[in-house]
Amino acid sequence: MKELLIGNAAVARGLYEAGCSIVSSYPGTPSTEITEFAAKYDDIYCEWAPNEKVAMEVAFGASVRGKRTCCCMKHVGLNVAADPLFTLSYTGVNGGLVICVADDPGMHSSQNEQDSRHYAQASKVPMLEPSDSKEALEFTKLAFELSEEFDTPVFIRMCTRVAHSQSIVETSERVLPEDKPYEKNPQKFIMVPANAKLRHPVVEQRTLDLTAYAETAEINREEYADSEFGIITSGTCYQYVKEVFGESVSVLKLGMVNPMPVERIRNFADKVKKVYIVEELDGIIETHVKNLGIECTGKEMFTNIGELSQLSVATAFGMDMPEFASVDTNVPGRPPVMCAGCPHRGMYYTLAKNKITVLGDIGCYTLGAMPPPNALDTTLCMGASVSGLHGYNKAGGKDTEGKTVCVIGDSTFMHSGITGLVNISYNASNSTVIILDNSITGMTGHQQNPTTGYNIKGDPAAKIDLETLCKAVGINRVRVVDPYDLAQCDAVLKEELSAQEPSVIISRRPCVLLKSVKLKPALTVCKEDCKSCKMCMKLGCPAISMHEGKADIDATLCVGCGVCTQLCKFDAIKDGGEC
Amino acid sequence: MTKSIMIVGVGGQGSLLASTLLGKLLVTEGYDVKVSEVHGMSQRGGSVVTYVRYGDKVYAPIVEKGDADCIISFEKLEAARWVQYLKKGGVIITNTQQIDPMPVVIGATEYPSEILSELSEKVTVDALDALSLAEEAGSSKAVNIVLMGRLARQLDIPYEKWEDALRLVVKPKFIDINLKAFALGYNYSE
Repeated sequence: MKELLIGNAAVARGLYEAGCSIVSSYPGTPSTEITEFAAKYDDIYCEWAPNEKVAMEVAFGASVRGKRTCCCMKHVGLNVAADPLFTLSYTGVNGGLVICVADDPGMHSSQNEQDSRHYAQASKVPMLEPSDSKEALEFTKLAFELSEEFDTPVFIRMCTRVAHSQSIVETSERVLPEDKPYEKNPQKFIMVPANAKLRHPVVEQRTLDLTAYAETAEINREEYADSEFGIITSGTCYQYVKEVFGESVSVLKLGMVNPMPVERIRNFADKVKKVYIVEELDGIIETHVKNLGIECTGKEMFTNIGELSQLSVATAFGMDMPEFASVDTNVPGRPPVMCAGCPHRGMYYTLAKNKITVLGDIGCYTLGAMPPPNALDTTLCMGASVSGLHGYNKAGGKDTEGKTVCVIGDSTFMHSGITGLVNISYNASNSTVIILDNSITGMTGHQQNPTTGYNIKGDPAAKIDLETLCKAVGINRVRVVDPYDLAQCDAVLKEELSAQEPSVIISRRPCVLLKSVKLKPALTVCKEDCKSCKMCMKLGCPAISMHEGKADIDATLCVGCGVCTQLCKFDAIKDGGEC
Repeated sequence: MTKSIMIVGVGGQGSLLASTLLGKLLVTEGYDVKVSEVHGMSQRGGSVVTYVRYGDKVYAPIVEKGDADCIISFEKLEAARWVQYLKKGGVIITNTQQIDPMPVVIGATEYPSEILSELSEKVTVDALDALSLAEEAGSSKAVNIVLMGRLARQLDIPYEKWEDALRLVVKPKFIDINLKAFALGYNYSE
């Protein structure tokens, strides 16, 4: 059957058809939908793990027991899972194990644009790179076969343009693999030095075997044309090359980007006068080709920053820019903003008002860095706000304690904030941690997490109690505030910052976009009462703007949270109909 | 020959349903189709774009500068933001609705009020108040379908096929509103 699927849904379909039965992942754009779509198949057990390291270790366990299994993550999630990855390469698998990693060139929704192919090379794990949804499905199925044949985890490398582009796939039925019972095998699965020393040569031999496979594999494909030059490429870049050159140029498309073939590249280079390498981010294919002693041109023509496109490929080859129109007027930017009624806004207003230094973290609340409230001072990676705060206060001592906090979301706190809090408690810094608990994983599109009380299917699940958890690691002062109550936020913040011991403030109110949240009617500004003081504008609420000198509330956006009402000294903001 | 369409607007305006409708329709018509969008950060009230490309064989999933046959804009400032992507001779269909971006809201800059007339001097613009038409159809949320109705005038696909595709992507209880919204967009005249 033919279907139009985004790449991530095609991977999920591939998991289903390959008989994969366990998927454990942590959400992260652009990888999230793989696991969400997989969870729609009742035959696959799916879960949101607290972080990517846990997810990969769950996959390891499921593989040891003999099931086909998968874990999915974004590129930076692979950093978190790097520890199990490198040794998983040594143990190999029992049931097939596939790791889907989604890169984000251009950083549409990421804090860096690292190239995951480095991990494949460094961990000596094979990596397949689909260029559209059809290949995403086919490669996923192939990945399980390779995993079991070569006794290795196998990467599927997605990127934003493959993960989030819909194209046509051909679906087929699910085929369950033969059951592979677990047999005790300490030399393979217990990675102590004596055993690991035996496994390392196995890994090296495996790379040789996989290289031999790459020499004949169908997923690596030559498309010869009567051309002067040839292009070696992979993934979405293949599509850009074909868009520009059609059938008029010779192409070697690498479906497997680690390990890469040797003889096939030599043969391809022999048949063309000049070799070009078109690849996004780092020059990994280029380095391989140059190491073979083959002259080629790559990164001197194409940037290693951001995404490529059909246009950047065309212009790099000297083609003209197409004609296009533009306006002379300066078009104001439209950055993403915290939603009207976002529960983070009240706490951010309070922090900005008190001129607090704020170490931030990864999630919707990173938008607090934008003006207003312009409230953040740092953002590094998942969990870094909590550990960073401890370091900042150890360095600053009395100068910074009492004037500095960190903010971290509920899901990010479960991901990797807990260990930072343990450190604050154990190594005693007078730090105040604010958990922005909106009862969901927000930025990636509302995934459940261990604090929400529901699992990936939406069924009731154990609910981690944040207050109890914080107390259990040794934090005596744990306060809960409603971020819609500005006076309460202000009072509790001041109390906890002046306390002479570590503290946690849980700023708790569910994300306003959750269907379970009942919205209130829109508020209105009584024009005659508005004194144009612009206090309400300090919130940076997208529903409030100034029109003809007076504040105005957009009734289609306002959800009646009432935070602006508390700021208005003239009682000009009222329930709809009261003016 | 590959055709390129862009759907642009403000995160949360409902461009996803529009691209889903278009994708389904084009697949049914037998075309090779690619639809590309970006999820995550940009969805929170930021500028959003969806690319739809179709033809006998489509390679690149994205549209580049000077490549779009048609740009459908849910908001007039967004039409100006993406105009460079329009092919020479292409058409911009835009909703006349104004949604102030945050730099305008906080007074850091002004909304360029004459942006539509400037656009019209440079390229072919088909502007309509899709919000009012959507409300006339029965729901302010049907702006996306009003604009799809307008797009239908640009594509060589029978009206009935659009209606069939609408029935596939819209829940039965909303189909009447959406069919009406589509018709209002299609038949609109100044």
